[in-house]
Amino acid sequence: MTSPRTSAARTRTVSIASEIDEQTRLGEVYITSLMRSQLRLGLGVLLVLASTLGLLPLVFAVFPAVGRLDVLGVPLPWLLLTVVAFTEIVALGWFYVRQAERNEATFSDLLEGR
Amino acid sequence: MSNAASIVAVVLVSIASLAVGAFGLRLSRTMSDFYVASRGVSPVLNASAISGEYLSAASFLGVAGLILARGVDMLWLPIGWTAGYLLLLVFVAAPLRRSGAYTLPDFAQLRLESVVARRASSLLVVAIGLLYLIPQFQGAGLTLRTLTGAPSWAGQLVVAVVVCLNVLPGGMRSVTLVQAFHYWLKLLALLTPLFFLLGALGSRGGGPDVGAVFVTDWVEPLGGDNALYLTYSLVLATFFGTMGLPHVVVRFYTNPDGRAARRTTLAVLVLLSGFYLLPVAYGALGRYFASDLVAAGRADSVVLELPSRVFDGPVAEGLTALLAAGAFAAFLSTSTGLVVSVAGVLSQDLVRWGVGHRQGIRAFRLSTVIVVVVALGLTLVAAGVPVAHAVELTFAVAASTFCPMLLLGIWWRGLTATGAVAGMVVGGGLSMGAVLSTTFGVATAGWFGVVMTQPAAVSVPLAFATMVLVSLATRSRAPEHVAQTMVRLHAPEHIDLNRGSFHPERRYRRPARTSQSGSAESPEPASQGGQVSGTADHTAYGSGESTARRPGTTVRRG
Repeated sequence: MTSPRTSAARTRTVSIASEIDEQTRLGEVYITSLMRSQLRLGLGVLLVLASTLGLLPLVFAVFPAVGRLDVLGVPLPWLLLTVVAFTEIVALGWFYVRQAERNEATFSDLLEGR
Repeated sequence: MSNAASIVAVVLVSIASLAVGAFGLRLSRTMSDFYVASRGVSPVLNASAISGEYLSAASFLGVAGLILARGVDMLWLPIGWTAGYLLLLVFVAAPLRRSGAYTLPDFAQLRLESVVARRASSLLVVAIGLLYLIPQFQGAGLTLRTLTGAPSWAGQLVVAVVVCLNVLPGGMRSVTLVQAFHYWLKLLALLTPLFFLLGALGSRGGGPDVGAVFVTDWVEPLGGDNALYLTYSLVLATFFGTMGLPHVVVRFYTNPDGRAARRTTLAVLVLLSGFYLLPVAYGALGRYFASDLVAAGRADSVVLELPSRVFDGPVAEGLTALLAAGAFAAFLSTSTGLVVSVAGVLSQDLVRWGVGHRQGIRAFRLSTVIVVVVALGLTLVAAGVPVAHAVELTFAVAASTFCPMLLLGIWWRGLTATGAVAGMVVGGGLSMGAVLSTTFGVATAGWFGVVMTQPAAVSVPLAFATMVLVSLATRSRAPEHVAQTMVRLHAPEHIDLNRGSFHPERRYRRPARTSQSGSAESPEPASQGGQVSGTADHTAYGSGESTARRPGTTVRRG
């Protein structure tokens, strides 16, 4: 009694990919869902960037006192706009790469019927 | 001020570049450098090459000068240049690599299926490339003037000639290994004197001109009029303009697939972040040791001047020579890359010289000369504009044209050719207007004048809006194969899917350009290693593309 299941999976595998190939509505849904998850990830990263780094000029404008603070003798704005900023950028990049690869792995698992 | 060691350093760098240009061809043939580079080389090495080419005159000299002159607000420049790569990573890297497009006009044609869009993109590539060449030549003129007192145009002429000599024989940008070496050379060139300078600062304690350092406007953010608008405009321009630079996009092709493209870009982020802390330090040190440069209008030369301000004799000479070498390496690598990209687009898309290889090479060489001469002319005209500001404006143009096209094209099925072209015209027109008005010193008053200084905050949203609205209006004329294109851009390569066939209108075939580390040097003489490049074409192009070349098949693996 061998696995009727594998052939079912195989049929499904053929289905999804060929749905995509034949550009049926269903195929489009699959690709769109991948696009959406990647886009959401990207926009999430952009949002974090915008609401932290991106808000800094506004913060400096509205609260000039922040611009005058010192940390260990170094003016706060200088610290924020060098070490902190670059660390954040690299961290976001690293996070993005990990998540994006995960999204793609999920998608290919889906296509292979796993 | 004469500095023999520096002259020697500059000459050495120039000769080394020429030698590499001459040998590079042969190297890449025998070693299949591009082939090896795109397959066997780690993302770090690839990333070093990309960073090496990206770090131009502005990064090396300009930003330190601006920080010296204008203080903390200018820190947004290096942040922007790096964050721009982050946005590239997040929205563009993998899909662009998967598209198989080699240049931005390629991508435009693939996604929009329109020759008009391709031509418009080509024009923009030429414009942006020329704009970006200007600060490189400026930096060269500045360097030579600082070192020898020669007039600026002398250095500009020298770098123009060297670039021509580099590009004309084989039309090839340097081999990946050399570009990677350039990055580490530039890093070393900036880092070494810094150690000495910081040491001097420590030992000198109070030092001269301490008062000059802690001027409120300089230390605290948002000094000056309209500072908030200008800062945000700068942020928008740099964050969104990186992805629109011609020599940046081309480098993506050197990655084997979309996944590698992402990882390489991440490595670039790390390398850039590390590098950009250095010009900031120079700007700050300049405030301590050389604040008079600001008043003299020579803030741009702070990096080169600092060692001789702090030390005398051989130490100063040696350090200055090192900096001069790094600076010249910066101009040369970026300029060569730009000239090759622009001349390639010019000769292929915009200049019709009849078919065949011979004509192709001749067209390319003529285009090279045209590009260099025009860039030189523009440099002389734009003499008054500071190096980093010229770069800002270039980013603004790229952010207002190619950025919306890329972002909307990759993530939105609804972008049409008409919409894209309309947006590029609007965004490009406004930002180019700003460029012209800055160059010719047209002083416009009030709000309009401020926008003309830094147009991005207005032109970028406007371009996006135009593209969206016009695309919606021309919905009926959407590109026919959008669905397939989307699959091509987004589906991981190892999945077997029909990605459609992509035959961008290319005058000269691809094989030539895969034979080295990614540049638009297509009109390669077939006699020089055509075999190797032919193979390289299939393999380098093959990781994603072999599955693409099966238009009608929907065969699935079992």
